[in-house]
Amino acid sequence: MVRNSLGRSIPESFNGQRLTPYQDPFSYSPQGTHASRALRRFNPGQSKLLGSLREAIEAADLRDGMCIATHHHLRNGDALLGAVVRELDALGLRDITIASSSIHPVHAELIPYIQKGVISGFECGVNGQIGELASKGELNCPIVVRTHGGRARSIISGQVQVDAAFIAAPTCDCYGNMNGSQGPSACGSLGYAHTDALYAKKVIAVTDNLVPYPATPISIPQTLVDFVVPVESLGDPGKIVSTTTRITRDPVGLQIAKYAAQVIEASGLLQDGFSFQTGSGGISLAVADQVRRKMQQQKIKGSFGCGGITGYFVDMLEEGLFQTLFDVQCFDLNAVESIAKNAGHLEISADMYANPFNAGAVVNQLDCVILGATEVDVNFNVNVNTESNGLLLHNTGGHSDTAAGAKLSIITAPSIRGRLPIVRDELTTVTTPGETIDVIITERGIAVNDQHRELKNELLRRKLPVKEIQQLQEEIYSVTGRPRPLEFTDEVVALIEYRDGTIIDAVRKIKT
Amino acid sequence: MSDFQLRRTMLYVPGNMPSMLQNIPIFESDGVMIDLEDAVPLSEKDAARILVRNFLQNYREHNKEILVRINALDTKWGEDDLRTVLPALPDGIRLPKADTPEIVETLDTMLTEFEEELGLPIGRFKILPSIESAEGVINCIKTARSSKRLIGLAFGAEDYTASLEIERTKRGEELFAARTRVVWACKAAGIQAIDTIFADAGDMDGLRRETELIKTLGFSGKSLVNPRQIDVVHEVFAPKQADVDYALEVIEAIQKARQMGTGVISLGGKMIDAPVVKRAVRTLKTAQAHGLIDIQLDEEVIYGQE
Repeated sequence: MVRNSLGRSIPESFNGQRLTPYQDPFSYSPQGTHASRALRRFNPGQSKLLGSLREAIEAADLRDGMCIATHHHLRNGDALLGAVVRELDALGLRDITIASSSIHPVHAELIPYIQKGVISGFECGVNGQIGELASKGELNCPIVVRTHGGRARSIISGQVQVDAAFIAAPTCDCYGNMNGSQGPSACGSLGYAHTDALYAKKVIAVTDNLVPYPATPISIPQTLVDFVVPVESLGDPGKIVSTTTRITRDPVGLQIAKYAAQVIEASGLLQDGFSFQTGSGGISLAVADQVRRKMQQQKIKGSFGCGGITGYFVDMLEEGLFQTLFDVQCFDLNAVESIAKNAGHLEISADMYANPFNAGAVVNQLDCVILGATEVDVNFNVNVNTESNGLLLHNTGGHSDTAAGAKLSIITAPSIRGRLPIVRDELTTVTTPGETIDVIITERGIAVNDQHRELKNELLRRKLPVKEIQQLQEEIYSVTGRPRPLEFTDEVVALIEYRDGTIIDAVRKIKT
Repeated sequence: MSDFQLRRTMLYVPGNMPSMLQNIPIFESDGVMIDLEDAVPLSEKDAARILVRNFLQNYREHNKEILVRINALDTKWGEDDLRTVLPALPDGIRLPKADTPEIVETLDTMLTEFEEELGLPIGRFKILPSIESAEGVINCIKTARSSKRLIGLAFGAEDYTASLEIERTKRGEELFAARTRVVWACKAAGIQAIDTIFADAGDMDGLRRETELIKTLGFSGKSLVNPRQIDVVHEVFAPKQADVDYALEVIEAIQKARQMGTGVISLGGKMIDAPVVKRAVRTLKTAQAHGLIDIQLDEEVIYGQE
């Protein structure tokens, strides 16, 4: 065990790999070159169409111990990963690593296959029951949690080698040109699949909407795709995109959003050229709504919105408040419709969005991002992976990437959740380093990181409830009491990899 | 004017819900009225008043005015409510069913007794009586002068319309006469008029229309049922920038006048005298409360030395 610069205890190796402890957000440099794969030749008349997933697995020559990937654009409606794993099992394959862009609660269907030895590890973060069981020590299955940018980096650098990428293609032709904006399983952007298409040893497009050649618009081109498999259905459209994402109606959430919008205004960033990212949660949308009104009132023309895109951002694009949307993932139906029709609504890869090891990602150009937290500490470090019960329940997403990239990264969170205080003495898990977090906003007050004295003074001048984070913590503790620390065993069940590949924390099995 | 206190938004918070009580410090209403009356089921009357007392004991540094709506004094709970919560020092009592001045006088006497018992200055606890029946409206002119503790009268339209056996509408024609009478009573007695709740917490446009109406009639604020209503009411009550600019000019002019030893001066061809100055000061104090301006108002300069 070694301690990284945040004092977190990190194993020296995990699942056979030697680990580099996290040092700081910006100085760790990459070694080596891009990963590569074998050249290919497809001659005229050669077909890419296969009859089933089983034929694709055989054609890709998947064997025991190999690694597969899917993307998570179908979110909790995804049926593809489960179907692939069932076929792997039927073929008797074992010891397969899953390197999908994310795992959703629907993928709890994989648990029997983990227990059976079909799946032996996850090179990706997990949402839901798989992480819960891993935290309880009930699954023997190492997990490496990565940021969106970090996942792209791990594949491009060759740290993770995907033997076969199964790309759910909502619309596809027989030669592999695909897009996500049409078809019964339309999900909009295919941003997380781009890297897989470029680097996986074999690329298999799986579609429930096979159209005559050429399928346009082309999101991922035929030149990257080895096989095309038509299937009955890719998933449950009702769970792929939400029909609406809504502003919170909770007065506490609205109060937090109001403060957040006031902080953004006070920061001086809200001027022509403003760029902005929020999530799809109720508070995030409430902040977006307030920012939108301020931009309308002050006639501000922003430059871009990025990340996961919601209908709110689409409205802002269509109202001329943004010039461009950089979209890695569509969160709702309006966003899916927009990406098909609005010229300014661009699909980008996770690499372009957030990879720290390329010639510059979109997050580096971001003015302001609104992020969430399950816990924060007095050094502004943030946890989004584990809950206060110690269970690994959430993937990192773009959290650490945008926090590192944006000029102003704001955490919004209620001060008390389920009777537990949000500001802790020690985090259950560190996801994002405090050095990259500028402001923490709760309904009970606003804490500004010491590196931003000018912003703090401006907020005080505007009579916003600025508090030292320790004072905020004490105030919350006066309501909740001081929570008893959780107890863990020494057994590491998951790693939290920082975006640059160093290890920021390890998740340990809870004591039961 | 020295005891200028904004009461644009008086938010009801149920006294039996810890999760809502704990959020009282964070809402930006001018005051809250913790409810032990209609919001609390009969089976929880005891528990709620103890909960409220404990909450208030932990919330010593009020960042807003705290009133407690007790049960009416002719119920078996009213006196116990007072006995339990007064030691935790709320700012005052919202008195339901203040149909006659005598009801307020009874409470006034009880508060005096509690103040003596607790060793507090007499008059510490304020009273905001609810005018919520036909009888209450008829008597409100006397009620408004029934106690030195009064900070205002609060009109309650739900019970009022019930007492008239009519429906309450969103347009509110049926309330016009009663509202006007309550405003007269308050203005004549030099206290504030607080309007009734707007029950549909989802209808912000309706709330805005009603608030604009009652502001025009002379009310200084409203009772609220949901924190989401706070911003709309504050927006309506916020002074317009042109009014603020004019008020600043008035103050500048009157300060010049004082230096010249007079109380009257002309500004842009209009006479500036005491009532104009009074209105200007009110505008500026309101603007200050809205964070629109940041200035020191020197009462002596404005009103002159005695």
